[in-house]
Amino acid sequence: MFRQMRPAVVSVLAFMVLLGVVFPGAITAVSQVAFRRQASGSLIERGGRIVGSELIGQRFSSPGTFHPRPSAAGDGYDAAASGGTNLGPTSRKLVEGIRDLAAAYRAENRLREGAPVPADAVTRSGSGLDPDISPANAELQVARVAKARGLPEEAVRRLVARNTRGRQFGVLGEARVNVLLLNLALDREAKLPG
Amino acid sequence: MTANGILQLALFLVLVLLLTKPMGAYMAAVFEGRRTWLSPALRPVERFLYRIFGVQEDEDMRWTTYTFAMLMFSVVGGLASYALLRLQGVLPFNPQHFTGREMTADLAFNTAMSFTTNTNWQNYVPEAVVSTFSNMVALASHNWMSAATGIAIAIALIRGFSRHSVDGLGNFWVDVTRATLYVLLPLTTVMALVLVSQGVPQNFAPYAQATTLEGAKQVIAQGPVASQEAIKMLGTNGGGFFNANSAHPFENPTPFTNLLEMLAIFLIPAGLTHTFGKMVGNTRQGWAILAAMTFMFVGGLGVCTWAEAGGNPNVAKLGVMTTATPGQPGGNMEGKETRFGIANSALFATITTAASCGAVNSMHDSFTALGGLVPLLNLMCDETIFGGVGAGLYGILMYAVIAVFIAGLMVGRTPEYLGKKIEKYEVRMAILAVLILFANVVLWTGLGANLELSPGKDARTFADAAGGEEAAFVKAHPTAFWNHYNNSSPSTYYGATYNNVNNSGAHGFTEILYQYASQTGNNGSAFAGFTGNTPYYNLTGGLAMLIGRFLMIVPLLAMAGSLARKRVVPASAGTLATDTAIFAVLLAGVVLIVGALEYFPALALGPIVEHLQMIGGSLF
Repeated sequence: MFRQMRPAVVSVLAFMVLLGVVFPGAITAVSQVAFRRQASGSLIERGGRIVGSELIGQRFSSPGTFHPRPSAAGDGYDAAASGGTNLGPTSRKLVEGIRDLAAAYRAENRLREGAPVPADAVTRSGSGLDPDISPANAELQVARVAKARGLPEEAVRRLVARNTRGRQFGVLGEARVNVLLLNLALDREAKLPG
Repeated sequence: MTANGILQLALFLVLVLLLTKPMGAYMAAVFEGRRTWLSPALRPVERFLYRIFGVQEDEDMRWTTYTFAMLMFSVVGGLASYALLRLQGVLPFNPQHFTGREMTADLAFNTAMSFTTNTNWQNYVPEAVVSTFSNMVALASHNWMSAATGIAIAIALIRGFSRHSVDGLGNFWVDVTRATLYVLLPLTTVMALVLVSQGVPQNFAPYAQATTLEGAKQVIAQGPVASQEAIKMLGTNGGGFFNANSAHPFENPTPFTNLLEMLAIFLIPAGLTHTFGKMVGNTRQGWAILAAMTFMFVGGLGVCTWAEAGGNPNVAKLGVMTTATPGQPGGNMEGKETRFGIANSALFATITTAASCGAVNSMHDSFTALGGLVPLLNLMCDETIFGGVGAGLYGILMYAVIAVFIAGLMVGRTPEYLGKKIEKYEVRMAILAVLILFANVVLWTGLGANLELSPGKDARTFADAAGGEEAAFVKAHPTAFWNHYNNSSPSTYYGATYNNVNNSGAHGFTEILYQYASQTGNNGSAFAGFTGNTPYYNLTGGLAMLIGRFLMIVPLLAMAGSLARKRVVPASAGTLATDTAIFAVLLAGVVLIVGALEYFPALALGPIVEHLQMIGGSLF
């Protein structure tokens, strides 16, 4: 029986080196050559500064920008502490939180009281870093953004459409609008006053 | 449920069924020691490994030796991980300079056991606690080793049926090595690179420092994610590189990666049913098992998708759209990602809990009551619905033995399965495993829901500065230590073990139940609001995972040893055919009645009550 000790010790060591060090090292080497941008976190630079990652949501609150979903990661969009609220369906905190978020969403987008609000606009994502919002959510924000930027609504709507991704390969997932890319496109079109 | 949602669910199922046969046939070739198309490249590596391990490739092991080798492999691996986690502060690849104090003894124990047992339960926030080195060497290496172990055991059990009148079940070291090199390595390599191409990071850089468009600082955690992500799914491990797991855009950036990750979970478990059919010489036996699994899976999937698409009536009352429209997802979007929506979140949740993977792309804690019931029920089916790599096959074969026994009782004949007489010993071993798993869930849950560690009902929190006061408190309440949150400041003493829940009412009870069901089933998904990083939950959770893994495996290997020694009984007119649709239905029925129904009282106290409260509008 104790003949099994040597293989146990040697195999664990060998596997830890091969699979724990050599394998990720090799994949990193290939990835950094073949897919450098993705392998480095799809970071976006503007004026020589990293402004974020295409894949990671960030906070926007000024009226001239599209707003992401509410976030429960850290204090909100903390990309070093991902997570959701983990509140269950009968939680008072959940329901009251959504009530307040819906009221705030209606107020900032000048919707009438009780107007239907898209599901993604007032719920917090699982990661707290959701980079996307639904097209319906974006549409409800168009008027506000257009006014703040002094752009015609049609111009803003065109930008939204250009930054809307449909289902992947026409089937997979859901249609979505990347908030950071959309706001960057807006900045190129018309700088925020001030 | 939208038409496109149903299309996506159907597409997934079709792809799994299409992949089962080639994957299964390939694995049969690998474990029967035949040449495969990868042999020219891998055979020399394989031989080299046997040489350094000191292993005779053709040595056949009795079940006791096989078991001992498996246990030694796990013990050495577990201890090594424990040591590496504790030492992460002085080890290399630590770009965030974690000191190592984050990994307390009890947390390191829980984590090491978790990864050794293929559970990947995580009582910590990875990006804030675990260094790159720990991630790669202490944790991800177990994603390979524990998966290979699971496959090896499934193969040993298959040999128990396919061989006759012999003592040997094969060679554990050969099975583990071949599972790693020929099965896991090629798949993981391809998958890791595809993931990177879609946006999963793969680097050794420190966390990126960004200045957002609004001028705020954003620290973006990253690392060698893709290489770990690929094996995490293929090995049905499920331990996230990040806290949000596959909901995190860096682990799962696009709907395509999502589909790929879901397929990766089921690929090997589904393939193994065909491997089983091939190795016992009748592929219909494998298809019957796959049919039983698919039947249970589709039932759960339907309920979960329906419940999540229906949404939460308490939220609908607030004027939030809970019906899908072309521009927005509707349903219950709390804890779900926009790019996945309802259908892909419900599908992922059903897959990951059926297959004992435990990766999540949405937060199960925030599912509706019935939407959350399905993952919980999947966990309680003892890894029979596809199940973990290897674990799924040995799980369902355990129930197949019970099913033929029950059928035998009904017609008054000695039951047979695959030409082997199923006698008292085999049935005892199978039932023993089922009962151990059941007891492991309900006893720990019962204790967790009732244990009054001091200071009892009311948790106490101490601010940073109150050092003296805290010390006096700890002195006055000696058991308070066991349920205090590790390394938090201010530090919290939860007292009673039911105070660690994130939600009140029935949902809080479900959080505790889900935890032990997940750990026993070596799943690792969580109702993640629960605070598990206290000595009490780290230790009991670690034990629950060890019991759930090894006290299931050992009786099954004993059964395999006994089966291999038996002679083959020729089938007669009275033999129950086990390669038919009727047997598939019987098998699924036995899993649900024997495996899952015993949990009904616990489910009634948790999600079932919660559902009634949810539709009645009660809040807690």
